[in-house]
Amino acid sequence: MKPASFDFLCPETIEEALAALAEGGGEARVIAGGQSLVPMLNMRLARPALLVDIMRLEALRRIETSGDEIVVGAGVRQAELEAWPSLLRDLPLLAAAFPWLGHVQTRARGTVCGSIAHADPSAELPLSLVTLGGAVSLRSRKQKRVVKADDFFIGMMATDLAEGEMIEAVHFPKARHGSGYAFREVGRRHGDFAIVACAAVADDRGLRLGIAGVDDRPRVFPLPALDDDQFDDAINDIAWSLNARDDIHASARYRRELVRSLGRETLKEASRCRA
Amino acid sequence: MPRMNAARKHPVDFTLNGRTVRAEAENRMLLSDLLRHEIGLTGTHVGCEHGVCGACTVQIDGKPARACLTLAQQVRGSDVRTVEALSPDPAELSPLQAAFRRHHGLQCGFCTPGILMSLDVLLRERPDAGREEIREHLSGHLCRCTGYATIVEAALAAAEEQRKEEKPNV
Repeated sequence: MKPASFDFLCPETIEEALAALAEGGGEARVIAGGQSLVPMLNMRLARPALLVDIMRLEALRRIETSGDEIVVGAGVRQAELEAWPSLLRDLPLLAAAFPWLGHVQTRARGTVCGSIAHADPSAELPLSLVTLGGAVSLRSRKQKRVVKADDFFIGMMATDLAEGEMIEAVHFPKARHGSGYAFREVGRRHGDFAIVACAAVADDRGLRLGIAGVDDRPRVFPLPALDDDQFDDAINDIAWSLNARDDIHASARYRRELVRSLGRETLKEASRCRA
Repeated sequence: MPRMNAARKHPVDFTLNGRTVRAEAENRMLLSDLLRHEIGLTGTHVGCEHGVCGACTVQIDGKPARACLTLAQQVRGSDVRTVEALSPDPAELSPLQAAFRRHHGLQCGFCTPGILMSLDVLLRERPDAGREEIREHLSGHLCRCTGYATIVEAALAAAEEQRKEEKPNV
């Protein structure tokens, strides 16, 4: 289990990184913390001709508040955001999600944007970003563009990232006063990939439920305020609308049942936090 | 730095267990292999090589990290610590290592170096760590011998001992 060979570049500016990515086309990949990419390299599921290490670009290593958004640069490690003093106030959903996210040992190296770029359908950070209605800043040598999270994830480990582009930052909407947030997950063991993970937001616009681990990407569903009977039907419809599949970890039926039970608990907790 | 060619070895300068070292590594070389095969420190064990088992855990800039998920070139300029640095004297065990021995926190010992490196950070950063925090840190490690209970006991004992040393009058 050793990576195939590749050229390696430690650019000193973002422009240099973007030029290398443009030149490399589909054969060049960005490496940040490496906690998703290096396993893929080791198993030779990824065989890039060039890796561009962006962790020495100071401009990407910032967490900034911009209006009603928290902007997390591509070089920010997961543990750095987890330890960010305003996390609980501004991103309570992430504060609830972090304990589920890999292990202390992988959060210490892995980046927030790296997990977004990897786009594992059961991963906590893509789920949180989609549920909050966040966005991804992409940049290539020629242009910059911002893509809504829900449009960024297009399938199983597939994103809207084009050749020559890199993620420059992700934008998490800041928590609004009086809103409730909750995150729950079921996995085989602590730190394993989720069988099903749920994130919920309760605010003055109603309820939103995000679900990971069932469909080929994280999905989010708005729910109107419902009484208990209607609620059962609504969440059952959601469970059936997801393209649940059997695999070695769980059956499709079990996943749907988790959507119903875990989804309900997560929504209740978010509503309670709001109250 | 210029683009580093895949076919050649390139220097990696970093601090290893308090000493400045220069090693040579191909771009594709993992930190775990650099430590074991190029430098000869075989205390860092290699299990799954995809970040699941935790046997290769070392400390990079004071934080626990998987050596098998780190390219050697990524630690250029970093401070790396391995299990060999835990005890200042090779003839003695560190307090954490001694607690593992006392509480039978290991049998075959394959997972032990990684676990020690994770717990060493935890006990340094949070001297009052309790059972839950210890278990959370251990969740990043697989041990097939002990059932973990003795490892938790060893870590709790080491934490207790460390607290007594820091506050001898309490």
